[in-house]
Amino acid sequence: MYAVRRFAVRHARFFESLYQVFERLVVALAPVFEAVGYQRLERPVALSERLIKGFLFDCRMCGQCVLSSTGMSCPMNCPKNLRNGPCGGVREGGFCEVRPEMRCVWVEAWDGARRMRDGLDRIRAVQPPVDRALEGSSAWLRVAREKAAERRPTQPTTADLGRSVLARVFARARTLDVATAPIAREPEAARRNQPEAGHTSVHAPSGTARD
Amino acid sequence: MVGLQTPEPYDPILHAPLLPPVGHRSASILERVLRKGWFAVTAELNPPDSADPRDVLRAAEPLKDVADAVNATDASGANCHMSSMGICSILSRAGLGIVLQISCRDRNRIAIQGDVLGAAAMGVGNVLCRTGGGVGVGDQPGTKPVFDLDSVSLLRTLRTMRDDGTFLSGRKLSTPPRIFLGAAENPCIPPVEWRADRLEKKVRAGADFIQTNYIFDVPVFAEFMKRVRDMGLDERVFILAGVGPLASAKTARWMRRNVPGVHIPEAIIDHLEKAANPAEEGKKLCIDMIQQVREIAGVKGVHVMAYRREHLVYEIIKESGILQERLEVKARGA
Repeated sequence: MYAVRRFAVRHARFFESLYQVFERLVVALAPVFEAVGYQRLERPVALSERLIKGFLFDCRMCGQCVLSSTGMSCPMNCPKNLRNGPCGGVREGGFCEVRPEMRCVWVEAWDGARRMRDGLDRIRAVQPPVDRALEGSSAWLRVAREKAAERRPTQPTTADLGRSVLARVFARARTLDVATAPIAREPEAARRNQPEAGHTSVHAPSGTARD
Repeated sequence: MVGLQTPEPYDPILHAPLLPPVGHRSASILERVLRKGWFAVTAELNPPDSADPRDVLRAAEPLKDVADAVNATDASGANCHMSSMGICSILSRAGLGIVLQISCRDRNRIAIQGDVLGAAAMGVGNVLCRTGGGVGVGDQPGTKPVFDLDSVSLLRTLRTMRDDGTFLSGRKLSTPPRIFLGAAENPCIPPVEWRADRLEKKVRAGADFIQTNYIFDVPVFAEFMKRVRDMGLDERVFILAGVGPLASAKTARWMRRNVPGVHIPEAIIDHLEKAANPAEEGKKLCIDMIQQVREIAGVKGVHVMAYRREHLVYEIIKESGILQERLEVKARGA
């Protein structure tokens, strides 16, 4: 809802703290998730995420949540899906070029970022393009998976080459919001319309057919 | 046809990719002019609604002697015209410096990365990464908008191709594109207070040069440039200020209402309203604007735009004297 979404931006500092606590909880629960199976948890968790974040932020379930780096203003509400700041068409008074009745998502984002503790630092990170195959999947579970994988002594070698490259090229964004450039193996239920992409080794010879 | 010897059809010298001079990112003349410290000039070429290559050459004719590079726009304003790739193919053969504009509105990451390889192979030295306007303002508002990348992730993608020699998928390129990377910035529209920060992000993503949208409000632009200098960005990126002539007060009002991202102060419109010859006055204002922006520290050139009036761009650049100054610098042996 538009009014709730704007409320969230005005209280970005509160939601920042809330999420930090929540993220610690989710990451602590990673072993439990693993025991139950990410595959089995994907649908119910994604559904609750959709309901909660949908109500609060008009979340579009891109699966690669960056709210903490965008002043709690969801960038997927931008009609151009911009992940890196406002376009050059913002109207007088800070309204959207495409939907003139709506405040520019990125004018809101800078406003929210200004209110947060780390907001102004995080909003400067260069965000990678969205992996459209992850749309509809749970970003919360993804965070748990990524953080758990990071803690393991050896890095996952099953991640596909493209995702490793994205994680390297957009390293700063990944450090801040691990879900924006995920590399840990995805359960099948988290990937849309696509066979699981976890089988190509990072060391795949270049030029290998990957389609 | 076993045993038939086919001669190598390509000349290893003539057909090889252009190599950048030492310390340069590309073979682009624009990059050389900027690195030399000369005040650079780029101009916009408006693609024809035609399949006749002569229409492109005709439009480029007045620009070729006054611009270091000509921008091949990519369906600007979401209106369909000859593609920027088509323009590049015609103009690169005519020997012009070109800025290939890429808009994220119409193509996804697969198409864009492929186009950049093609453009670089044609000898295009500069690429301008743009998000692009919404489809609603164009002549086919029912189009499906793409926006797979945005201008910033596009910059980072192309920088990865150039500097790491890989696609975003990690697949290796046997010859990376040697391109000078550009981005747009619109300093005079909201959120004005964050525009310099957004520029900084584009620089970090990979921008080597910036072409701004139309500047009509010099005080706002000067304030932006001050912030840019405070952040040290003028040392990290070449900024070209966008200017253009207004034909009349009526056109100015129309642009302000219908072209997204155009900010024209009331004073300028008033001035045109009172002028006896508004078109002549618009041209004079544009020349004035060039003089004013070049006095602002950190501005390294101008980008001149005039919709389908390339001859006017020629006159403006000639009469402003900016190229003359360059010749004088050369005569002094700088």
